[in-house]
Amino acid sequence: MLRQGKWPTASPKEPAQARPLRRAPATKGVARPPWRRRAMAETVNGIAFWLLAAAALLCAIQTISTRSVVHAAFWLLGVMLAVAGLFLLLAAEFLALVQIMVYAGAVTILLLFTIMFTLRSREDALRPLDASMGAGALSALLLGIVLVGVRGFAAPAAVMPAAAPGTADLGRVMLTTWALPFEVASVVLLAALVAAVWWTRGGED
Amino acid sequence: MTVGLHHFLALSAVLFFIGLYGALSKRSAVLVLMSLELMANAVNVDLVAFSRFVTPATMAGQMFAVFSMVVSAAEIGLGLALVLALYRATRSVEVAAMNRLKG
Repeated sequence: MLRQGKWPTASPKEPAQARPLRRAPATKGVARPPWRRRAMAETVNGIAFWLLAAAALLCAIQTISTRSVVHAAFWLLGVMLAVAGLFLLLAAEFLALVQIMVYAGAVTILLLFTIMFTLRSREDALRPLDASMGAGALSALLLGIVLVGVRGFAAPAAVMPAAAPGTADLGRVMLTTWALPFEVASVVLLAALVAAVWWTRGGED
Repeated sequence: MTVGLHHFLALSAVLFFIGLYGALSKRSAVLVLMSLELMANAVNVDLVAFSRFVTPATMAGQMFAVFSMVVSAAEIGLGLALVLALYRATRSVEVAAMNRLKG
């Protein structure tokens, strides 16, 4: 390990070739002034954003347009993982983990189970491309309106605020300010799951 | 190449309306539920982006996203249970077959 602020130099004992070719593991803040670091972080954020956005949109379009129901579920998994990446980019680590566990894990598996419970033959997994002009026109129109609205929206902060509270703060907020809604949400989830079990039991009243 | 709130809002709008198109046009109830999940994810991106850019200190947007996830988990559980009940009654998962309350 390099000491803080020391660049690797060939000591007189070593031959010159012993100097490492790659730059030393970044000693924090010595190499670059803070404004350079900030600009660099923004570039990295930008690249990550565009990659994740492209992945999310590609997977979403595939989810809608693929002919196989099972493939659609896996493309949807891709969307959810890309959204988890966006959450990481937005410094919401806890939500990124919840996203992976709840959506990418539980919801995808539920969807796959339902798909496979309701398939009677291999051909059932393939569906015709049900394109609808009306739905397309309505969605495109509303999307246009919303995008115009987004363009005209005056953002309160032009760049991402540097400091963000972490998961510990989220937990503190969750169990103080939001404690009651949090409990209500868990009761709602429990009720929904009991109802789901009751529904699928079926038949025998 | 700096990323602002507008980028996230635009991305989320496109995702949402891809989901809306799917929810309106698909004939399989499972695919309609998948499209609803797409829309829920788009809304969550918005909530977290607002939380980061507007209220980074109170994290209100992140809490809203937590509740949105709870609701959409409940929705997908109930929705899939209904699809299974419908399948048991009519041997089909077509939305067009869902026009009666008692199969």
